[in-house]
Amino acid sequence: MDAIVLQILNGLDKGGAYALIALGLTLIFGTLGVVNFAHGALFMLGAFCAVTFNHLIGLEQVVVDPTRTTAWGTPLEIRMPYIEVWLGDTGTAMLNYSVPLSIVFAIPAMLLVGYVMERGLIRHFYKRPHAEQILVTFGLAIVLQEIIKTYFGANPIPQAAPDIVRGAMDIGVFIGLDPGTVVYPQWRIVYLLFSLSLIGGVFAFLQFTTFGMVVRAGMADRETVGLLGINIERRFTLVFAVAAVVAGLAGVMYTPILPPDYHMGMDFLVLSFVVVVVGGMGSLPGAVSAGFLLGTLQSFASMNEVKTILPGIDQIIIYLVAVIILLVRPRGLMGRKGVMET
Amino acid sequence: MMTKTSPRSDLFMFVLFSTAILTMPIWLAPVGAGYPDLLQKFAIFGLFALGFNLLFGLTGYLSFGHAAFLGIGSYAAVWSFKLLGMNPLPALLFSVVFSSLFAVAIGYICLRRSGIYFSILTLAFAQMSYNMAYSVLTPITNGETGLRVLQSDPRLFDISSQTSGSLISNLFGIEMTGYPGFYFCAALLIVGFYISQRIFRSPFGMMLRAVKSNQNRMSYTGLNTRPYTLAAFVISGAFAGVAGSLLAVTDPLAGAERMQWTASGEVVLMTILGGAGTLLGPILGAGLIKYFENIFSAYNEQTLHAIFSFLPDFMEGPVVSLASLFVGEGWHLTLGLLFMVIVIFLPGGIMEGFNRITNMFRRKRSQVGKGTGHSRSPASATAAE
Amino acid sequence: MSIIRRPMNRRSLLKAGAASGLVLATPTIISRSAWAETNFRNDPTNSKTVTFGFNVPQTGAYADEGADELRAYQLAVKHLNGEGGGGMLNTMKPLSLNGNGILGKKVDYVTGDTQTKSDAARASAKRMIEKDGVIMWSGGSSSGVAIAQQSLAQEMGVVFMCGLTHSNDTTGKDKRRYGFRHFFNAYMSGAALGPVLKKEMGTDRRAYHLTADYTWGWTQEESIANTTEGLGWETVNKVSTPLGAGDFSQYIAPVLNSGADVLILNHYGKDMINSLTQAVQFGLRDKVVNGKNFEIIVPLYSRLMAQGAGENIKGIYGTTNWNWSLQDEGSAAFVKSFGQEYGFPPSQAAHTCYVQTLLYADACERAGTFNPAEVIKALEDHQFDGMGNGPTLYRGSDHQCFKDVLVVKGNENATSQFDLLEIAEVTPASQVTYDPEIFGGELGPYKV
Repeated sequence: MDAIVLQILNGLDKGGAYALIALGLTLIFGTLGVVNFAHGALFMLGAFCAVTFNHLIGLEQVVVDPTRTTAWGTPLEIRMPYIEVWLGDTGTAMLNYSVPLSIVFAIPAMLLVGYVMERGLIRHFYKRPHAEQILVTFGLAIVLQEIIKTYFGANPIPQAAPDIVRGAMDIGVFIGLDPGTVVYPQWRIVYLLFSLSLIGGVFAFLQFTTFGMVVRAGMADRETVGLLGINIERRFTLVFAVAAVVAGLAGVMYTPILPPDYHMGMDFLVLSFVVVVVGGMGSLPGAVSAGFLLGTLQSFASMNEVKTILPGIDQIIIYLVAVIILLVRPRGLMGRKGVMET
Repeated sequence: MMTKTSPRSDLFMFVLFSTAILTMPIWLAPVGAGYPDLLQKFAIFGLFALGFNLLFGLTGYLSFGHAAFLGIGSYAAVWSFKLLGMNPLPALLFSVVFSSLFAVAIGYICLRRSGIYFSILTLAFAQMSYNMAYSVLTPITNGETGLRVLQSDPRLFDISSQTSGSLISNLFGIEMTGYPGFYFCAALLIVGFYISQRIFRSPFGMMLRAVKSNQNRMSYTGLNTRPYTLAAFVISGAFAGVAGSLLAVTDPLAGAERMQWTASGEVVLMTILGGAGTLLGPILGAGLIKYFENIFSAYNEQTLHAIFSFLPDFMEGPVVSLASLFVGEGWHLTLGLLFMVIVIFLPGGIMEGFNRITNMFRRKRSQVGKGTGHSRSPASATAAE
Repeated sequence: MSIIRRPMNRRSLLKAGAASGLVLATPTIISRSAWAETNFRNDPTNSKTVTFGFNVPQTGAYADEGADELRAYQLAVKHLNGEGGGGMLNTMKPLSLNGNGILGKKVDYVTGDTQTKSDAARASAKRMIEKDGVIMWSGGSSSGVAIAQQSLAQEMGVVFMCGLTHSNDTTGKDKRRYGFRHFFNAYMSGAALGPVLKKEMGTDRRAYHLTADYTWGWTQEESIANTTEGLGWETVNKVSTPLGAGDFSQYIAPVLNSGADVLILNHYGKDMINSLTQAVQFGLRDKVVNGKNFEIIVPLYSRLMAQGAGENIKGIYGTTNWNWSLQDEGSAAFVKSFGQEYGFPPSQAAHTCYVQTLLYADACERAGTFNPAEVIKALEDHQFDGMGNGPTLYRGSDHQCFKDVLVVKGNENATSQFDLLEIAEVTPASQVTYDPEIFGGELGPYKV
């Protein structure tokens, strides 16, 4: 029982990350008709927003202590973050909360990135064949990650969660299990809640605003919306920027779980495409439910009990499920006819 | 532009192509690519991309899992070495048989869907093959370390005296490394080019193009397109199998990473970069990417200093440090930029660039007079083999 | 009728193609046999310089490690050519080098990118051999890649000095006459960890293994499990995890209630950083099981990994080939010249690569020739000292170095961003030496 609860939690948590990335991808597919291979890179850029923010507020005052030397003979440097020098305890607290605080930094940064990408590159590819969209966005993804590598190196850079949510908490007692059986990291709970509220936020935005209504109408039938005299193209920029922010925030909050490195976007890219396609092209609820479904299945397939019966199943479960779903349901879980089928 | 292709011009193109391929060791030497291993890679990946193009360029089906057949071809070849001996011919046969069998099975399933659903299905099969080969199937694939030929293997048809020699594939006494290896690959590339040219000009090729332009209309005419697309898929899988087998022939090792999605992505990039749907484009694209991978990654600060030593000192430093961002550990950056530049400015790939240049000359010659109506859409580039 | 239309002239065309191929191939076949009569591949006798190849991961997950290896190689070349103070040339014993290159030839080098892939590594190595004419090449950050290059070395007749590779197979099942490893291996990690684990954690423990699902992971799991079971520990479970899984939560969660009180992470690089970070988040380190504090062990440590895992490594035991905080003469000389050149201390990967280059050069000098058959004989069963890790033997029967192994612990109070590992014990070479027969394998011939 406790093992199953734990794996459900794991699955939801993983699913949250998948769903957030897939949500942005689908939004871009559905509205702009663009296959964005740089979406993983946006996730990675988001994570590095957290790193950059941490570096910025953690800028260090370097004092050289000439009386002591390092093993290679240069004077020892004593480093102290400026923010602690200036603000004292408040500074220390800010450093402690750097990951959640960097959301404030990441939103405008990712909006800008999304805006520049759409205006500068993507918009010229709306009418191009998908193969060319793939090539150009893949090229962009490589360029972005190489730039990050030049500045930050290839090694992962650890980001700590705030002290208050760093440990693990006993979930089991809330649902009536014995204490100590279902212990789960607090930050992962935070991440799950965060992803749920972000997904909810995006859906509310699309559901309850006029802007969202136009976007949804555009997803359903772009030509008709254009005929109604609505300038759909202009709204595309914002849609793209929103998708970039969603991917970026998913990246920011994921840093304490997965120390970010320049390649993390590529690692998620293939998976997020599988999620989107399993969910059905152009369907937001499909993407989200596929994210959670695949995340949960992956967790269960990794259980020892399952692996002893089917060795290696955890390695292929996602792809296996994708194949089965696509064969049973031609357009994924909730895909619409005619979207990206040619 | 279709009218341009006549049997005579095809023959001319074929002879020109064969000559160019066979003389590669000579004309590629000045750019630093005239050494056997890279030449072999050019030929092998050229063949791989050529086969991929038969599927993607003609039918428009974008397979994202083609590397699986490359890997299967390699494994089949190495197993043939291990069991039967180091002759490349049975290895080639084995690879073609196995990769075709897999292609029939995978193609049969994947071709039930089209568009991105097809892409993801092929990707899923390739990733499953890769993951299994890397871990669970280690008894067959030797996992991470890669499958190699060992002295203790049976190698039934090898002469018994060969037990102490090095285990290199040899065709009746000619060792398939170095230049002989390259010519072996080149010969197969030329054969592959010939087959591909025939398919492009055949009614079968027309049928595949029709699938690309409008599959619905095809089915309305009462024609079942699937046998055609499946045939294209299997031929293209067999090409990949041969390429994989050649990788093993020139270097008797097969590793799982050949099947990873990045390898599948690479052949997609090669094809689009060179010009999908053109005969020569994929081979050019393959050559370009392999050249970058092997030559650009080899520059370091020392070589850059040597290159820019003609500059005055105060300029040399900054120029070298700027240039070093794009070579050595930064060669991926150059590759990414190249992808972007080519696809932004030359949507039809390198071949479109060539066509534009030749058109420019033609237009100059025939003067402006007639509105040449030169279209820049990729569709015209597709038709302009 | 076939669907592929065939022109009349295809036979003649194919014949022509095959014939021209043969004609072009002929001279090279002859020149190859001519080469066989000279002594060895890439003989530098008639050249003023001798070229080394440094084949390191420059892209991919190990790019930083590769960059550090490259720094070490460049430093080694400098020292060999008599520039930059000499580094370990001042401490190496016995020493035949005299700072004027090797056998009077200045050392030059070329670089390449392995991408941590066997195919790419071999392609890059072949470029070095066929185009740049290297007499020896070196590098690496993964056992699969090292083994692939080592067998290439045997085929090509060019010596390969392994960089970082930890699998038992490199000098066991897959050992090669033309491949040499200075780095330690999984067996030695286990043998070195044993006594420390016994002292720190007792003999009544229950261990749970998470293992990267490929050859290196399996050999390490086997070696460590053998050691711990020898101590009297019980192995609760061995679970394999896919390479590059990213999120390991679904593998870590079952550990919580498995009754295990030790988690052994047979992961390296990014996998290790992620699994350790996540295991600590799951509160494993704060747990008390069977009345004992829960412990995590990372059998193979590196400083770069420790950097990536940040705070989470504090107090966690593992082994390492070398660490810059070692106080012996050789290590100090190397750290000093590396630090002065680049401003930070070298990693263990840098150390092993630097030492390998020097050892090869020294062997050439001792053999008096670059002929690989002779150089290999000079390296085999060579004993040396003054290069860190105390007196060292390059064993001839499997080309494995035997030297002291460091058992380290994540530093609880680091004084700088580089001071991450604290040396818990230096296990003497005699304790980690084993019989080469246990791993089998065949070195192959001297002359190829």
